[in-house]
Amino acid sequence: MNNFLMQLNQFRNNITESLAAIGRAALLLIQSLWFIPDSKKIISLLIKQIYQEGVLSLLIIVLSGLFIGMVIGLEGYNVLSGFGSESALGQMIALSILRELGPVVAALLFAGRAGSALTAEIGHMKTTEQLASMEMMGVDPLRRIIAPRLLAGFISLPILTMIFSVVGIWGGYLVGVRWLGVYEGSFWSNMQASVEFGEDVFNGIIKSLVFGFIVTWIAVFQGYDSKPTSLGISNATTKTVVFSSLAILAMDFILTALMFGDH
Amino acid sequence: MPQSKIIDISVGLFLLAGFIAFVVLALKISGLTSESWQNTYSVYARFENIGGLKTRSKVTIGGVTIGKVSDIQFDKERYQAIVTLDVFEDIDNLTTDTSAAILTAGLLGEKYIGLTPGADDTFLESGDIIEDTQSALILEEFIGRFLFKAVQKRNDSGNSSANNTSNANIDENN
Repeated sequence: MNNFLMQLNQFRNNITESLAAIGRAALLLIQSLWFIPDSKKIISLLIKQIYQEGVLSLLIIVLSGLFIGMVIGLEGYNVLSGFGSESALGQMIALSILRELGPVVAALLFAGRAGSALTAEIGHMKTTEQLASMEMMGVDPLRRIIAPRLLAGFISLPILTMIFSVVGIWGGYLVGVRWLGVYEGSFWSNMQASVEFGEDVFNGIIKSLVFGFIVTWIAVFQGYDSKPTSLGISNATTKTVVFSSLAILAMDFILTALMFGDH
Repeated sequence: MPQSKIIDISVGLFLLAGFIAFVVLALKISGLTSESWQNTYSVYARFENIGGLKTRSKVTIGGVTIGKVSDIQFDKERYQAIVTLDVFEDIDNLTTDTSAAILTAGLLGEKYIGLTPGADDTFLESGDIIEDTQSALILEEFIGRFLFKAVQKRNDSGNSSANNTSNANIDENN
C-alpha cells in the first residue's frame, strides 16, 4: 500500500514537473521574442546564427536530399514499370518529396545537426555561468543569446527544406531519366500537371515553418533549462533530438490530415 | 579576408540559394506560369455519372486547356453531380449550346472535361449551366454490356443451330 502511494506521488510529481517545463518553455519563447533587441545588433547576431544553423547544415541536407530522391526514383521506377506507367515517375517523386519527405527529413536532419548543437552550446554557457555573468553585466541573455538563435532557426529550416526538395527531385531525375531512360518530356510534364503550387509546394513550406519553429524552440529551451553539469548537458542534448523528432512526426500527421485529408 | 566577411558572404549565398530553390519549385516543378494566375469565371454542368473526375481536373476545348474543375457537388433533388468549371476569362465566347463530355486521357489515364462549342449566337456567362452533357465512360459497365451482348449472341446462334439439327432429324425421320 505504501509502495503504491509512493508511486502515485512520483507520478503526480512527474506530471507537475512536465507542466512546469511547458510553462517555462512558453515563458522563454515570449520573453525572448517579445522585445526584439535593436535592429542593428540583431542583424549581425542573426547572420552569425544563420551561418551556424543554416549554412553549416547545408552539406548534409543536400547530400541526403540527393540520395533520397535517387532512391525514390529507383523504387518508383520498379513499381511503376510493372504497370507500364513509368511516365508517372516525375509526379510520384515530386509529390512525395514536396509534401512529406522534404519537410520531414529536412527537419529531422536539422534537429540532429543544428538542434543538438544549439542545446549543447547553450547548456555549456549555462554550466560555465556565462549566462549568469551576462545578466550581471546588465545584458539580457534571452535577448542576446536566445532570440537570435530562435529567429535563425525559423528562417533556416524553410530555406533548407526548399533546397532539399529541389535537390531531391533533381536526384530522382538523374536516376529516372538519365539512368533508367524514362522519357524526359513526360517526366517533367506529368510532374508539372500534377504539382499545384498553391497546394503542394506552399503547404510543404508551411510544414517546414512549423517544424523550424518546434525544433528550435525545443532545442533552445532544453539548453536553457538543462542542469548545469556535464550529465545535464548530455541529457538535454538527447532530449532535444528525441522530443523534436517525435514532435516533427506527430505534427506532420496532424498537418497532413488538415491540409490533404479531405480528398 | 576577415572571418566575419566570409560568414556574411556565405549567409548571403545561402539566402540566395533558398530564393533560387523557391523559384525553381515555382517555375520548373509546379509549372507555374502567368496562365495559372489568370482570372476565371465559373460555369456549371450536370452529369449523371462523373466517373473518376476530380477537382483540379483539366477543362479543354480541342485538347487545349482552358480551365479546370474547381468543385464537385451532389444535387440531392435530381441525384446528379454538379461540376463547377473555372474557365479562363479571355475564353468568353462559349456558346450557350456548348456540350460537355467527361473524357479519359489514354485507356486508363486521368479524366478531364472536353467542351464542344455549338452554333448559338449567345454566350455562356458566369453562373450559367451547361445542359448538354455526356457522362463518363465507365469501363466496367462497358465491358459488362459487351460481355452480355456476346453471350446473348452465342446463345442465339447456338439455339438456332440446335433447332436446325433437330429439324434435320425430323426430316430424315419423315
